[in-house]
Amino acid sequence: MAEVAEKKEKQKEPLFSKKNKGLMTDPLFDNNPITIQVLGICSALAITAQLKASIVMALAVMFVLAMGNVVISLMRNIIPSKIRIIVQLVIVAALVIIVDLVLKAYAYELSKQLSVFVGLIITNCIIMGRFEAFALGNGPWKSFLDGIGNAAGYGLILIIVGFFRELLGSGTLLGFKVLGDPIEKTGLYALGYENNGFMLLAPMALITVGIIIWIQRSRNQSLIES
Amino acid sequence: MSLKDKLHNLKEQYKGKKMAPAFNAIHTFLYLPNETTHSGSHVRGADDLKRTMNMVIMAMVPCLIWGMFNAGYQHYSAIAGGTPEFVSFFDHLRYFFTLDNLLIGAMKVLPLVIVSYLVGLGIEFLFAVIKKHEVEEGYLVTGMLVPLIVPVDTPLWMLTIAVAFGVVIGKEVFGGTGMNILNPALTIRAFLFFAYPTWMSGDKVWVHDAVNRSGADAISGETMLGMLAQKKELAYGIDEAFFGFIPGSVGETSTLLIILGAAILIFTKIASWRIILSGIVGASVMGLIFNGVIAQGWITEGSKFYALMNLPFWQHLVIGGFAFGITFMATDPVSGAQTTKGKWWYGFLIGFFAVMIRVFNPAYPEGIMLAILLMNVFAPSIDHYVVQGNVNKRLKRLKVKTA
Repeated sequence: MAEVAEKKEKQKEPLFSKKNKGLMTDPLFDNNPITIQVLGICSALAITAQLKASIVMALAVMFVLAMGNVVISLMRNIIPSKIRIIVQLVIVAALVIIVDLVLKAYAYELSKQLSVFVGLIITNCIIMGRFEAFALGNGPWKSFLDGIGNAAGYGLILIIVGFFRELLGSGTLLGFKVLGDPIEKTGLYALGYENNGFMLLAPMALITVGIIIWIQRSRNQSLIES
Repeated sequence: MSLKDKLHNLKEQYKGKKMAPAFNAIHTFLYLPNETTHSGSHVRGADDLKRTMNMVIMAMVPCLIWGMFNAGYQHYSAIAGGTPEFVSFFDHLRYFFTLDNLLIGAMKVLPLVIVSYLVGLGIEFLFAVIKKHEVEEGYLVTGMLVPLIVPVDTPLWMLTIAVAFGVVIGKEVFGGTGMNILNPALTIRAFLFFAYPTWMSGDKVWVHDAVNRSGADAISGETMLGMLAQKKELAYGIDEAFFGFIPGSVGETSTLLIILGAAILIFTKIASWRIILSGIVGASVMGLIFNGVIAQGWITEGSKFYALMNLPFWQHLVIGGFAFGITFMATDPVSGAQTTKGKWWYGFLIGFFAVMIRVFNPAYPEGIMLAILLMNVFAPSIDHYVVQGNVNKRLKRLKVKTA
């Protein structure tokens, strides 16, 4: 990283210049990978039934995307463009296997819960999209920031969806029974409240993402396509 | 000055104000508006949207009243340990039309109606004010359909959430009345079904207060389809089912009164008789196929599909919500097919799939809801192919002439 910073200083551009900060903050809202570019929907629907899984998935994608972006960016001048997709896939696959093994070693239950979707990070369109659109044409530091930013934008939506799905679907947050115990009828359940089973099904995740898109576009009318 | 004139004056005063659409909605609901159309065609039929909607509601009122009496009838029958023996329709009415039955019905069914209208119209008004368009009459029918297609013991807060979901996601996001892809009433029911399955199926919800009577002396309050799906002995005859002395969703039990409603709708040309007829044909065809499979001996008595497959095909039309769905919801002019030929296909496939879902998926004892929602989605495609078929036919004719 020090080498990168040195290079930047030579170009007389501060590490967190306005442009570089924009790389990180733009994908959070106005250029969000999920709600604006509509990428990475599959995993957003599949693993958001619980908040914990959403957070872990967001972190996993952040690691893969940031590291992958840096590696691709460093190799960008030596990758023959005809086989670049294969090279990209190899790099993502290697990073995803690291994530998968770490999860299996330190959070086995969670890794079983995420099951195939950790492996499927390889096919997450956001990752290939950022490699193609950004890392192949920019330096490693910028690519790193871009990776962090896009993964954060993806993770933000995942966490919002996961929060509502777990709260309304299971009545818990991160496993804590925040609404009371449904079997012993405490808290809200004493009043006759019941969990909404529909929230645990994938269609409701799609509708939740849809509502987020709706709110975002009605707050910022310039995002609406003509 | 009469009240009507006063309202007209008030309308002028509030023109352009924020709450104007809400005020106008109440005004036009009560009185004929004092203005003519601003643009387009000035030829108007007497059956405007308001009158059409009111006609549909009137066709449903017999079902609602029957549903209220039936709620009490089932409740007291369950307490007594079973329904009185069925001899003939008119003889049975003396058990049915009693004040006690009506009181239970009013206590359980009217709140459903009130909640459905309050929440649904509240959201309609809210959207009208925010989006600055007039309130449309569409919810008048939906609000009446909703209490008729839910179990009598549905908790009111669940209904509130479901109605809010159905009106916002099922209708308003697409642009309000006339733009919705799915039938809003069925969207509401489907939401309830998937969100709170224990309150929408099984043997505890169809009869008022059945939940609290579990135990040794509990009497099964299942619907006929539920009994068939679980291969239990049918507790009701098909004649009882036709007249409606059975447990079920509030307004769908009496096939007789639904036929009356269908007659009103067809006579006033509001519902498409093509959809209703082809729906009945579709269900019969599927039922006959299943009966044939049984007759061939391909499915034996051990199979879990046997009871429902063995049901004579015409009985599929009588039990469950098929009659209600095909009459009041498949014929929704917005979400259904628009072309004449398309209506035949649309209705046929609804009936066909309804019986197929009934038989093959015991988790969904009633298939008509999912069948209509499925065909709602395909209705535009059906119309597209009908129109394209017509275009191609004409093109061919043109070629022959020019050649």
